[in-house]
Amino acid sequence: MTEAIIFYLFSTVAVVSALMMISVRNPVRAAFYLVLSFFASAIIWLLLQAEFLAIVLVLVYVGAVMVLFLFVVMMLDLNIVEKESGFTRYFPIGIMLAAITFFSIYYVLGQKESGMDVFQSQPLSTAASHVEGYSNTKELGKLLYSEYVYAFEIAAMLLLVAIVAAISLTYRRRPKTRHQNPDLQVSARHEDRIRIVKIPVEERK
Amino acid sequence: MLTLTHFLVLAGLLMSIGLAGIFINRKNIIILLMCVELILLAVNLNFIAFSHYLGNVEGQIFVFFILTVAAAEAAIGLAILVVLFRRRQSINVDELDSLKG
Repeated sequence: MTEAIIFYLFSTVAVVSALMMISVRNPVRAAFYLVLSFFASAIIWLLLQAEFLAIVLVLVYVGAVMVLFLFVVMMLDLNIVEKESGFTRYFPIGIMLAAITFFSIYYVLGQKESGMDVFQSQPLSTAASHVEGYSNTKELGKLLYSEYVYAFEIAAMLLLVAIVAAISLTYRRRPKTRHQNPDLQVSARHEDRIRIVKIPVEERK
Repeated sequence: MLTLTHFLVLAGLLMSIGLAGIFINRKNIIILLMCVELILLAVNLNFIAFSHYLGNVEGQIFVFFILTVAAAEAAIGLAILVVLFRRRQSINVDELDSLKG
């Protein structure tokens, strides 16, 4: 019963804030509504006993990705008071496509052939179904560092490539500022810096 | 009683909202990128729900990797957006037509 209340409460929050996100003009407000949607989803993930991923969602998504979004919105200096022509023009086709997608998903879920009826009678398992001392994080870690260690390292490489790509894309050298050139600094030799000129002594007249 | 279908319908709703958002917000690429994040969230919810009801942790491993790739995608996407704004002074989708596509 408690699970049902939590589920309906936070799924309503997630859906309503997602709807608000796509309908507000201001991108900062949209980002905050998306954060709210992520928080509600994290609680639903907790309900499904994916504790580690729920925490990761809050830390990585809310803490890093959405802050990145907010920083970009801040940097862009947008003009929010634009004409709303696009919104009404594409509104019907957007709603229609969303409705078609949703009802096709819903239709598949109701089919006998989809095999979904196996799960119809299965309730949400509770914490009591696990042995004492069960840890979701430990289970994930065991799998991640044994069976999926190769994929894990590829993911690490992917993140490194993403860092390099993001920095090299946005890096810009301003022509007016003065820079140090470490290459020239290191390769400097004292022979190039000082020139000793031998001046013959002239006799006083 | 909460069954798997409840979670799948919620994920379907979130994904449809994200899809509608991509069509509706033609003025702002940032909100478009946020809609992509919303769709990825719905996919992750599907994976976690199946992982719970099948008693299999490997679905959560997959979500872990999706989160990694989505973070990388958001970083590069926003970097491209910043460069684009510097060049064109606009992030309106309708104005980005220099390739005549």
